[in-house]
Amino acid sequence: MIGLLKRDLSLAIRAGGGFGLSLAFFLIFTALVPFGVGPETGRLSEMAAGLLWLGALLACLLSLDRIFQLDWEDGTLDLLATSPLPLESVAALKALAHWLTTGLPLVAAAPVLGILLNLPGAAYPWLIASLFVGTPALSIIGAFGAALTVGIKRGGLLLSLLVLPLYVPTLLFGALAATRGAQGLDATTPLVLTAGITLGAAALLPFAAAAALRVNLR
Amino acid sequence: MSSIWEYANPRRFMATSGALLPWISAIAAVCLVVGLVWGFFFTPNDFRQGSTVKIIYVHVPSAIMAVNAWLMMLVASLIWVVRRHHVSALAAKAAAPVGMVFTLIALFTGAVWGQPMWGTWWEWDPRLTSFLILFLFYLGFMALWEAIENPDQAADLTAVLCLVGSVFAVISRYALVFWNQGLHQGATLSLDAEQNIADVFWYPLITVMAGFGFLFLALVLYRTRTEIRARRVKALIAQERMA
Repeated sequence: MIGLLKRDLSLAIRAGGGFGLSLAFFLIFTALVPFGVGPETGRLSEMAAGLLWLGALLACLLSLDRIFQLDWEDGTLDLLATSPLPLESVAALKALAHWLTTGLPLVAAAPVLGILLNLPGAAYPWLIASLFVGTPALSIIGAFGAALTVGIKRGGLLLSLLVLPLYVPTLLFGALAATRGAQGLDATTPLVLTAGITLGAAALLPFAAAAALRVNLR
Repeated sequence: MSSIWEYANPRRFMATSGALLPWISAIAAVCLVVGLVWGFFFTPNDFRQGSTVKIIYVHVPSAIMAVNAWLMMLVASLIWVVRRHHVSALAAKAAAPVGMVFTLIALFTGAVWGQPMWGTWWEWDPRLTSFLILFLFYLGFMALWEAIENPDQAADLTAVLCLVGSVFAVISRYALVFWNQGLHQGATLSLDAEQNIADVFWYPLITVMAGFGFLFLALVLYRTRTEIRARRVKALIAQERMA
């Protein structure tokens, strides 16, 4: 299990793994926002928390099809399916590796991009906390979507169509926590609910993802 | 002993549904014509809303059926996952576009009613938003069916998507209440209330609701029969090639 995680991490970090692309996308998204809505700092700081959440979500979405696609193409997934490791663990580990290489850097980058969007000072801890507990859910739900579409050629657009409606509750609670933090309100309830979605997804979705992988490998 | 599982046999299903279909279609047509004419022309206007209130005769039944169609797909997907009856998987596939159109009708009639009443076509209200999300779920379900060539794999994967999607749809529905209180009025109709609305409105409304239910049933049966026939044709073509 540790070996698989290490392999996925090193494959993602080395050249061609796409590590850093999501970060760059997040940066560009944030840089484009003022062109779309105007540069008034007051309006930007009002929207900053929600926009950062949205940017992180889209950046995460961008790299989802890499979770299983490459392993599917070169046959690694068949080997993993016949190995003693249960496919459920494989799905969970793949989601974890995706979060470590995509979600965690996004969490680290969000405060810096918050400065660009003039995020109010009180919002920083809430933004970081909500992204930290929310982005794992994005990776796990995304791994499920990637498992569904792994057998489809050019399934990237379809993957977005399937995954984005599933992201609604996570985005809603996560952005609500960050926005309430920005307004100086107590944001514990949405934060706890975001964590709840992450834990629920982590408990249940690996099974659904493994079921989808089995169908695709049949 | 006859049981519902006998209809898992496509031949039995085709025979029975073929016999029932004209009746179901006729009941749907009669209920819809009677209910809609009655509702539109023979009920009084509302004291404050004027004649716009009459849009409920389309809005409410289609909204109810939009949710029920997804529930039917969920049950059909579960039956496919557990007992692997092909008719069930095809029924789920057949119901998706019908449910999607009901969702669209509910959204559209709601917008038409909302414009004069709320002064806006659209409002990010929990009910409206959850219907928009339901619409996206229908789209995803249909797109996944279309994208996969092997029908059994497609049935399996869409069934998994339907199960997971149902959980997330329910979570979204209640999450949205946190997010915005909304303009949409609460549920007017409930099963345990003694009288939901005044009888003059209630009788035509319940007739139209029955009509929409039978219309859904008829459309799903038609589409399922078409799917079964398409599958047979494909099998015949494959046989020809082998020979």
